[in-house]
Amino acid sequence: MSAETVEKAIEKKPAEALFSKRRKKLVTDPLVDDNPITIQVLGICSALAVTTQMKPTLVMAISVIFVVVMSNLVISLMRNTIPSRVRIIVQLAVVATLVTLVSEVLRAFAYDMYKELSVFVGLIITNCIVMGRLEAFALGNKPYDSVLDGFGSALGYAWIILAVAFFRELWGSGSVFGIPVFDYVSGIFGSDFQLATNGLMVSPVGAFIILGLIIWIQRTKTGYVEH
Amino acid sequence: MDLFSLGIRSIFIDNMVFAYFLGMCSFLAVSKKVSTALGLGAAVIFVLTVTVPVNWLLNEFVLKEGALTWVSGELASIDLTFLRFIMFIAIIAAMVQLVEMVVEKFAPALYGALGIFLPLIAVNCAILGGSLFMAQRDYTLAESAVYGFGSGTGFFLAIVALAAIREKLKYSHVPNGLKGLGITMLLTGLMGIAFMSFMGIDL
Repeated sequence: MSAETVEKAIEKKPAEALFSKRRKKLVTDPLVDDNPITIQVLGICSALAVTTQMKPTLVMAISVIFVVVMSNLVISLMRNTIPSRVRIIVQLAVVATLVTLVSEVLRAFAYDMYKELSVFVGLIITNCIVMGRLEAFALGNKPYDSVLDGFGSALGYAWIILAVAFFRELWGSGSVFGIPVFDYVSGIFGSDFQLATNGLMVSPVGAFIILGLIIWIQRTKTGYVEH
Repeated sequence: MDLFSLGIRSIFIDNMVFAYFLGMCSFLAVSKKVSTALGLGAAVIFVLTVTVPVNWLLNEFVLKEGALTWVSGELASIDLTFLRFIMFIAIIAAMVQLVEMVVEKFAPALYGALGIFLPLIAVNCAILGGSLFMAQRDYTLAESAVYGFGSGTGFFLAIVALAAIREKLKYSHVPNGLKGLGITMLLTGLMGIAFMSFMGIDL
């Protein structure tokens, strides 16, 4: 008898589809409408430092996606056992472990990239997006949802830094992914024609201004106004 | 390197905010009023001045390759560098906790004003960045203390200057999409150009 009621109860509440509407929203919301960088103002620190070239930016984006997703998963699995008073330390320990993993993998398999990113791999620990998602989502939600949420936020971060890097590399070094673009353009017009690169784009100032403009365009499109 | 010139370098030329983008989160979030910016800036100076030398000691006597020789000669081959991130962040979190308790006891008004941002200093990139740069550049103990203080002061100057500009900005007409973060990024860029004028100075 009791087994039957339990079965009925389960039937009444069918398991949520693997990619239900709500879950899709978890991934797609942070891409534009609730973007961690342009709307929530999180994770700016590392967003700008590595974006002079596309390649290190891509490595950085992949590392952040990995760290956010994995830390969200781990914290979400442990969420019922973490006392709330020490949760920051626990979160930092988990994130620092994952970042150490990323840093050691980079050092082993992509040493040049490891040298180029230098301290900024370590600084993923203090990337506000990671801690922000852990605090705001993973501590109160199931593992699978947390993974999706982390993935969405990290993707939102990734496309913004890739966009910043695209413009900074194009205008600052005249190339995209290390492939010279300005040389080809100059080639079309003959050898006398030279496109100048803008040194300001390589400097930190360029990053601030490009990001400011991207934020302007993005917020104008979504209609978000800060008061 | 001369300590004085290192201090000047870390304040103006290698400014945490304008040259390395460190501590941007709190730089943008707490710079709406000069009074809170002053408080946060002072807290950052203090935490950096304490954590960089402490982390130097940790790095020198525990983490570096061969650092454990002082315990016994057999441990000379141990390299714990990979534990750097975890150990540094643990020291920083502990120090921040300390500062939080001190501020709560002696300056409750400031404690209320700083709110969530005091514990968040622990995850301020500028603090961890200071320690990581110190380890990367092989500073001595005195140099790391000066570097910690200097880069903290650089952050202090930057955040107070930005807060002062943003207070004035309230009276100007900013396009809707640029309000808040957008205009602040552009402002920071312009301030960065001003700070670039220090670049040519050779100390």
